[in-house]
Amino acid sequence: MRAIVTVIGKDRVGIIAAVTEILARHGVNVLDISQTVLQEYFTMIMLVDLSGINVPFAALSRALEAAGAERGLQIRAQREEVFNAMHRI
Amino acid sequence: MFQRNEILQTIEMFDQQHLDIRTITMGVSLLDCADTDMDRSCTKIYDKICRLAGALVRTGEEIEAEFGIPIVNKRVSVTPIALVAAASGARDDTPYAKALDRAAREIGVNFLGGFSALVHKGMTEADRALIRSIPEALAETNLVCASVNVGSTRAGINMDAVAEMGRVVKRAAALTADNGGMACAKLVVFSNAVEDNPFMAGAFHGVGEPECEIHVGVSGPGVVEHALKAVRGEPFDVVAETIKKTAFRITRMGQLVAQEAAARLGVPFGIVDLSLAPTPAVGDSVAAILEEMGLASVGAPGTTAALALLNDAVKKGGVMASSHVGGLSGAFIPVSEDAGMIAAAEAGRLTIEKLEAMTCVCSVGLDMIAVPGDTPAETISAIIADECAIGMVNNKTTAVRIIPAPGKTVGERVDFGGLLGSAPIMPVNPCSAADFIARGGRVPAPLHSLKN
Repeated sequence: MRAIVTVIGKDRVGIIAAVTEILARHGVNVLDISQTVLQEYFTMIMLVDLSGINVPFAALSRALEAAGAERGLQIRAQREEVFNAMHRI
Repeated sequence: MFQRNEILQTIEMFDQQHLDIRTITMGVSLLDCADTDMDRSCTKIYDKICRLAGALVRTGEEIEAEFGIPIVNKRVSVTPIALVAAASGARDDTPYAKALDRAAREIGVNFLGGFSALVHKGMTEADRALIRSIPEALAETNLVCASVNVGSTRAGINMDAVAEMGRVVKRAAALTADNGGMACAKLVVFSNAVEDNPFMAGAFHGVGEPECEIHVGVSGPGVVEHALKAVRGEPFDVVAETIKKTAFRITRMGQLVAQEAAARLGVPFGIVDLSLAPTPAVGDSVAAILEEMGLASVGAPGTTAALALLNDAVKKGGVMASSHVGGLSGAFIPVSEDAGMIAAAEAGRLTIEKLEAMTCVCSVGLDMIAVPGDTPAETISAIIADECAIGMVNNKTTAVRIIPAPGKTVGERVDFGGLLGSAPIMPVNPCSAADFIARGGRVPAPLHSLKN
């Protein structure tokens, strides 16, 4: 099972470190990562593998969301199927 | 890996364009809960709903969290209660409604539909008892929704039932006068009602349906409006294509959620209802889509044509995205639940007559319309008869959900809160239809009902 993690917000030091630390702590492996900064606006998209996850997916989602809220960022983790359904036939 | 713009587009749909799954509705058959003893029947009903739908809300919330798709409502629809209550010979079906309400509260759903009777050709004693009970049943419960099917293309229109429903609507309003006539917001009168509708207030679980199943109703007027902004001034061919592509994406979300919910709950997947259902939130309006097509206001000349195009394109785009399409499938135009409709009605730019024309080409009918509290029962019946005629002749579902708001008159508004929104009181043609309604009997089925 894979998921897409998106991080959107104002750029600052340590965003990737914070997100990957949470993912590592929950046994989630990063498969692909891309990021851009446009006019101080930070967008990061990660494809992650959930096969080793050590908590329910919803708990990971909440942890990421809370970490985002602390830093003024919007962090979401969504199952990959959502994007498959919408963009692939 | 997905393209960056695909991922951001999806997130923007959820975040800024109000894309959501409007409802996961579990249909539950209560036919096996019939009993000669009413109390025993009510206990069976309560137990069965709690047993089959007990995990519905939790499952919906889990899917919401994992997929990041907002699921606004979790609901249950049941076998028309007139069929279940027939065995007990009850003269008053209110206790059945209370049992349904208790079960709905216990499992935490937003609404439960199916306090219903199907009387398009005639009424049984049980149908009569249920219809008589509707005002009290709705006034004394919070989550139960009622519907009565009074006409169909194959059977014609039961004008005795139409006359009775005018009185039922008035009484339901009177019993909930403190609440703006709230009971009427939970009551739909149908022609050609469908058996697998996941939307309230008209959902019930038809007798042709399985023991238990999962339906999903999608939403997303804001996404369609946003997509149309990018093709401003382009010809209608482009408009239709744009709506189709958007509807496809929206419906794929519905299909995904429906399959996931069905698998997790261990019940069959029923249908996805391809609907554009507005909410009172700004940016979640069907009226705004019509206005984006170039109308200064919904209700202007051209509105019916615009809605016809929208409705058709939504179906064409959605139908390929789902393995089973059903329910009402089309654009909804509930006045109180759509910020654009409310504004147009308040300014006098949208009339009941124009809404009636719009119902010829869209999903349902005159929906969530508030009229003056002193509107006679016969006038309400006549409005119902008009809608039924449209449904009967055009082979489509039509419905009336009308609120004669007690003590209110044109220029005022009535607030229901939440998704039901707030409705400006709309003027009704004052000419009487009393003698027309007093005739009773049946309007024969149209010629094109003879298809065999």
